[in-house]
Amino acid sequence: MFICFFKNFFFTRTTPLTNPQISGKTRDLATLPPLHWMQSNEETPPIAFSKPNNGDEKNGNKTTKKSFPVLSLNYENVRLPFEISLWVLLASLMKLGFHLMPRLSSIVPESCLLIVVGLLVGGLIKLVGKAPPVLESNIFFFYLLPPIILDAGYFLPIRQFTENLGTILMFAVVGTLWNAFFVGGLLYGVCQLEGTNLAGVNLLSCLLFGSVISAVDPVAVLAVFEEIHINELLHILVFGESLLNDAVTVVLYHLFEEFTNAGTITVTDGFLGIVCFLVVSLGGIVVGAIYGILAAFTSRFTSHTRVIEPLFIFVYSYMAYLSAEVFHLSGIMALIACGAVMRPYVEANISHKSHTTIKYFLKMWSSVSDTLIFIFLGVSTVAGPHEWNWIFVVATLVFCLVARVLGVIGLTFVINKFRIVKLTSKDQFIIAYGGLRGAIAFSLVYLLNPKHFPMRNMFLTAIITVIFFTVFVQGMTIRPLVDLLAVKKKQETKRSINEEIHTQFLDHLLTGIEDICGHYGHHHWKDKLNRFNKKYVKKCLIAGERSKEPQLIAFYHKMEMKQAIELVESGGGSKLPSAMPSTVSMQNIQPKKPPQDRALPQLSKAREEEIRKILRTNLQRTRQRLRSYNRHTLIADPFEDGLDEILIKRKKMKELEKKMNNYLTVPAPPADSPSVARARLASDPQAWGLKSVTEIPTIKVELVSPQNPESVKVVDEFSKKGSQPKGSEEEGGLTMRVPSSEKQRKDKTPDEEPQPRFMRCLSDPGPAAEDEDEDEPFLP
Amino acid sequence: MGLEQNEVSLEQIAILHNRFKQLSQNEETLRRDDLKTIQDLESNPIRYQIIEAFFDRRNFQKDGVGSVEEIGFEEFLTVMSYFRAPAHHITEEQREEIRRAKLRFLFNMHDTDNDGTITLEEYRHVVEELLSRSGALGRETAKGIADAAMLEVASISVGPMAPDEFYEGITFEHFLKILKGIEIETRMHIRFLNMDTAVFCKQHSV
Repeated sequence: MFICFFKNFFFTRTTPLTNPQISGKTRDLATLPPLHWMQSNEETPPIAFSKPNNGDEKNGNKTTKKSFPVLSLNYENVRLPFEISLWVLLASLMKLGFHLMPRLSSIVPESCLLIVVGLLVGGLIKLVGKAPPVLESNIFFFYLLPPIILDAGYFLPIRQFTENLGTILMFAVVGTLWNAFFVGGLLYGVCQLEGTNLAGVNLLSCLLFGSVISAVDPVAVLAVFEEIHINELLHILVFGESLLNDAVTVVLYHLFEEFTNAGTITVTDGFLGIVCFLVVSLGGIVVGAIYGILAAFTSRFTSHTRVIEPLFIFVYSYMAYLSAEVFHLSGIMALIACGAVMRPYVEANISHKSHTTIKYFLKMWSSVSDTLIFIFLGVSTVAGPHEWNWIFVVATLVFCLVARVLGVIGLTFVINKFRIVKLTSKDQFIIAYGGLRGAIAFSLVYLLNPKHFPMRNMFLTAIITVIFFTVFVQGMTIRPLVDLLAVKKKQETKRSINEEIHTQFLDHLLTGIEDICGHYGHHHWKDKLNRFNKKYVKKCLIAGERSKEPQLIAFYHKMEMKQAIELVESGGGSKLPSAMPSTVSMQNIQPKKPPQDRALPQLSKAREEEIRKILRTNLQRTRQRLRSYNRHTLIADPFEDGLDEILIKRKKMKELEKKMNNYLTVPAPPADSPSVARARLASDPQAWGLKSVTEIPTIKVELVSPQNPESVKVVDEFSKKGSQPKGSEEEGGLTMRVPSSEKQRKDKTPDEEPQPRFMRCLSDPGPAAEDEDEDEPFLP
Repeated sequence: MGLEQNEVSLEQIAILHNRFKQLSQNEETLRRDDLKTIQDLESNPIRYQIIEAFFDRRNFQKDGVGSVEEIGFEEFLTVMSYFRAPAHHITEEQREEIRRAKLRFLFNMHDTDNDGTITLEEYRHVVEELLSRSGALGRETAKGIADAAMLEVASISVGPMAPDEFYEGITFEHFLKILKGIEIETRMHIRFLNMDTAVFCKQHSV
């Protein structure tokens, strides 16, 4: 079935009248005639070894004694996959070639070049005499479009999207409606004029055409906007609009198509249209969300079969798209919803490698799809039936542009009343200018039934013209315009942990202020949703410990992981990657001298003991925490799942380190040279032990420092020594003071025990080691 | 403070006044305990800092020090006005003013001992509070996170430091620097203070 359908693709001539009646976007695969397949089989010469009717051949062999075919040719069998592979190869080679010419790629956006290539290829095929293949709508909607949309949906920046959701919806729904009716209506007016031969175009056809052409195309927008690196706000506005207007387009398309069949419209039909819109969009989102949750739930159990994790993601998403298409719901919205819903849970469950796989597969597929779409647009232009009508085409173009500009200006005027960050006129210009049309419009018109729409070819021609205009003219000029207008570009800032902390802090602060005001606003509901998510949903969908991990910690671990990987990739030397502030180390920020203005209260003995006990435990943890952040020691294989394995190894290393403590003053041998480090990755305990030794003097300094000024002051014997500045006296300080090393004796406080995961670090010698230290002087 | 240009409208003042009366049980002044009774605040990890901010003299006027036990409506309103969004057509200077004022508010929330710097201890406390809802798991990594954050601030603000140099703490200028990326003047606002129409005040059972 699948194969015969594809056969149709390649054998399709320019008039698809051979295909049965099509209604709507989806074509009923079952009704496609398998004629072509059978015909081609009969055409193959009988010498082929792999022919299905082998039985006859064998009989024939017995009777006629034909010689055994050593080498035979059967192209027909592999024709289909072969041709598909050729196209994909062509697309990829084009992409490759395009990027090898940097001068060209900086002037002309990739999409333009690809269309030109398509034109050339189409021309070539025509020259040869064959009819060039047209971009079949089903191929487009089922195979070429989903990867692009899934890629967009999975990596959708949720925060910006939800913050601007109102604006995006306004543009997507109201903007598209306005465009559709404006263009459709005016075109009808033009058609009614004398002098044109367009009297046959009725109002509904015009409106249908208007609705198809008014939708901003996500493929084209992505292709162009990705290259100009515009600031995130504008990017998400235009891109979000192109995604969400799919629902509007679907509804309008079906609506007008039905009406054309029916002939008349009533008010109820209009009302039903609105209901249909809500059903289509919300239904699509619900379907997507259901599949997303299923995918998240499945990923919870994949810890033993990591290899097929990406497969689940892709298949569930594709099923969401297809399921939505079954009910004529918005497949694009289903796909976006599925990707966005499953992402936070899936990412917490799957391994790092799977995450990378998913990312690269999605990028690869969407890239190939994108390329193929544009090439086929070019080929279809050469192939397609054209009916050029100057007035219609020019009118379409002009009205589209005018409608877009007016729509954006009008909507922004209304939207700015509700926005905190208003949209400036520069922003408006970019939004209007970025309204590119693309292959979706083409495919939708292609699907029209010529019986009901005799002017279909004219529509096709007009659409192709508009697409070419927007992609070429607007696509090429948007980059210099962006530079000319000095529009804010995307800031390539690294996410800093301070910003993350304060983002969280602000969220809680604003929620708190709202609660104090008694006003249930934005933040209140967001907070409620987060808490619900944490309490119930995460427990269901995320495996194991990670379900309880707060966002800040997850972010921190991600950062650690990233830096560990960078460290490993850079050779694991003592030179830390740039992400890590290598210019400042822990000793710079730990207080060394007692702050002058700190008031040191007098303490009773009991209190002092209490304080010392608390500090002991806290200081222990400090050392461990510092260790966990310090990249020097995290040379273990960061590609393992989670930090669990690293930490288990650390526990083992602790034993070794106890013995190392005596050799503090011996500088660590260069165990961190790249080759050595690589060789010792994750397996050699020496790598750990030796490295940590160098750290110990540094860290221990802080512990001895008067973070606990009270205890230092009160106990006289310690005060003088405690306030000594650091340096070579560190060890001296440690050895002289028996009670101070007592401070460092690890206290097995109850809450330390249940948290083995993050507790144990190399530098942390057990209590036994400390006792050892007391007896032996550090100085050799 | 530099927020005079964003006057809260009369209607909003009336609504806030109602709320004030409700919280203070019709008395003239508000105490910490009154704020602690708000049920919705229970689940907020930084509720104590928020409540404390209302009683912090530094937020009332430029050179205030210390904290008070009870506040009147004027102080309540002053603190609320920090959450007003900037008007659309203001100069860059005014925008900078507003940003400084809001960041000063945040800074005061962190700098509990009012020495002008956020020390490592204070920052650790902040992170611990943020993660306090996550149980022991949060407490353990809080220190690591705070240390990492301090390291970042030090390296951004001061640059390379010799091993014996000491980074005292985050000063207000450094604080401004590291939070440059967050557009605080637009993010730190409550829509309530922007709405011109009357907003319902949820009647809490105190």
